[in-house]
Amino acid sequence: MLFKVLGKKEFTTFIELLLNDTEVIAPKQVGVDTSGKPLHQYLPVQAFTEIDLSYETTEYSAKTYFLPFRENLSTCSFLDMVWDRQIKYRVQPRAIIGLHACDINALLKLDKVLAGDRFPSPYYISRRKNTFIVGIDHDPCEGGFCQAVGADVVTHGFDLYLTDLEDRYFVAINSERGFNVLQRVKTREPTARDNNDYLDVRRRIAGQFKPLEVHNLPNLMDIEFESKVWKKWADKCLSCGSCAMVCPTCYCYGIEERVSMDNAESAKVKQLYSCQFLDFAMVAGGHNFRPDRETRLKYRYYHQHRGFVEAYEEPLCVGCYRCGRVCLAGINPTDIIGDLQTEYQE
Amino acid sequence: MKYLGIEPKRPKVGVFDFTGCEGCELQLANKEETVPAFLQAIEVVDFREISSTSSDDYEVALIEGAITRDDEIRRLKEIRKHAKLLVALGSCACFGGVNRLKNGYDLDAVNQEVYGTEPKETLPTQAVKEVVSVDLEIPGCPVDKAEVERIVQHLIWDVPYQFPAYPVCFECKQRYTTCVFELGQLCLGPIARGGCHAPCPAGGSGCWGCRGPAADPNLEEFLQIAKDRGFKKREIKERLSFYGGFEDMP
Ligand code: SF4
Ligand code: SF4
Ligand code: SF4
Ligand code: SF4
Ligand code: SF4
Repeated sequence: MLFKVLGKKEFTTFIELLLNDTEVIAPKQVGVDTSGKPLHQYLPVQAFTEIDLSYETTEYSAKTYFLPFRENLSTCSFLDMVWDRQIKYRVQPRAIIGLHACDINALLKLDKVLAGDRFPSPYYISRRKNTFIVGIDHDPCEGGFCQAVGADVVTHGFDLYLTDLEDRYFVAINSERGFNVLQRVKTREPTARDNNDYLDVRRRIAGQFKPLEVHNLPNLMDIEFESKVWKKWADKCLSCGSCAMVCPTCYCYGIEERVSMDNAESAKVKQLYSCQFLDFAMVAGGHNFRPDRETRLKYRYYHQHRGFVEAYEEPLCVGCYRCGRVCLAGINPTDIIGDLQTEYQE
Repeated sequence: MKYLGIEPKRPKVGVFDFTGCEGCELQLANKEETVPAFLQAIEVVDFREISSTSSDDYEVALIEGAITRDDEIRRLKEIRKHAKLLVALGSCACFGGVNRLKNGYDLDAVNQEVYGTEPKETLPTQAVKEVVSVDLEIPGCPVDKAEVERIVQHLIWDVPYQFPAYPVCFECKQRYTTCVFELGQLCLGPIARGGCHAPCPAGGSGCWGCRGPAADPNLEEFLQIAKDRGFKKREIKERLSFYGGFEDMP
């Protein structure tokens, strides 16, 4: 990895230059919750002052900029007995500033599924390739367990990655594009002191995570397939799908054909979906493979922590805890995994 | 024109108005850009909002409004005899709607409150299905024209229309709305049927359940959540009974 040091003033200039010619998405405060805690979302910004890089987390992940909740895959028109199909990929450049390590790791996991050689999605790939990513180090968010699932550090998948050294940023450069764009402002080579300060900050952050026992989790889950833990939590589940909507790694979707009222046009519309919905595993003829909440909740966890490990040698979950925070019923991965561990110890 | 071997039907549709605000009927004439195509797809034979013809020759009857008088019961039964397909259009027709609120009070007192010394004939509010059999319910206050269009298309293609199984929360999340529970407000989103694109939470008022319950709603947990967040029993009950859609639930 290539490293540079960037003064805070230069960083402001850097963002302002980006804002001149690129759509910029960044953490922005949108309000406060009932306890007075600030709420942030990744939103388009017009000025540097709108950005709040000290944000703890966002309610939604930045997934929507790569996998929009709704997306028109293709449009067909039908004129004089002739079909014409149009497909548009999003290619306009965009920059996302201030992604945390978990969210960049989430993109790396989505890359494996959607930009791998088995089922590459041109819709995803064009958005991914045209998005400039600047990550940033931060103290652990409340509830986050990214360290336990190996997602608290990130070594690729971004263009630039910042570590705040108070009066300056330590910048890791991971792409030629990142290197070139950084040429727009003045940077310098890190000194031994910069390197030390950077390593200190990293060590301090790493020491702050609360531990979560995930050792041998896929096998433990297999052994606890019939566990009472699933029913206990699923009885509370509202099947609302909010967990999958805010999750940076959930990529399930449904496709709907929309025909215009005059039958002259049709569109294939993709909508992100959730495995918690009653009809998620409903097949032609009306049979439902997962008609009850217990099976559905269990399979959400199986996909995140077991099925994905089998396919890609790592869990899908990056431990951002957004699903736990968003769930009105208080269903969350830390308690469920904790319960499974306790079950086994008993 | 025959297409892919299918001869599209052009069903004759009668629109009938009972106790309601006619907002759902108005929705039928909404979405100007597709109104001509919509009226090309169906033949409207009895519909005050956009046509002046009146006829008994219809296959589909769209019923708007709740049933609150004797003469309405007789008229509805008459329509049922003619219609091959009877559709309850909007929350009033589907559940009784806001009109149903009066059922919680003494009928005479309600009458006096509204009409003073000149009381009108009135019955406890009933949904259309409580009077005649209903083939299809399109809930919403008002109904969503885009959804009505899709339902009409499915009718013409002879393909069953599937209402979304998911609750309002899903589309609310897809709009990036900050959950109103986080702002200290009540919302029926987790148990109300989706498909409306969640305009109410986005507008800051929470969901009032105008489309009735979602498929397999977890009412028990919802009540627990509302209670834990400090909402009073009365407030929750009021919210649940606002459109009458949760009436049948324990
Ligand atoms: S786990 Fe929570 S957020 Fe997810 S579907 Fe169930 S109730 Fe909704
Ligand atoms: S499952 Fe939950 S904790 Fe894991 S990545 Fe998704 S939202 Fe984050
Ligand atoms: S199966 Fe469930 S947990 Fe897995 S990606 Fe799909 S929605 Fe997310
Ligand atoms: S505001 Fe209502 S509909 Fe939206 S997520 Fe919250 S509970 Fe669900
Ligand atoms: S959010 Fe609720 S009240 Fe509003 S339109 Fe949708 S179902 Fe009706």
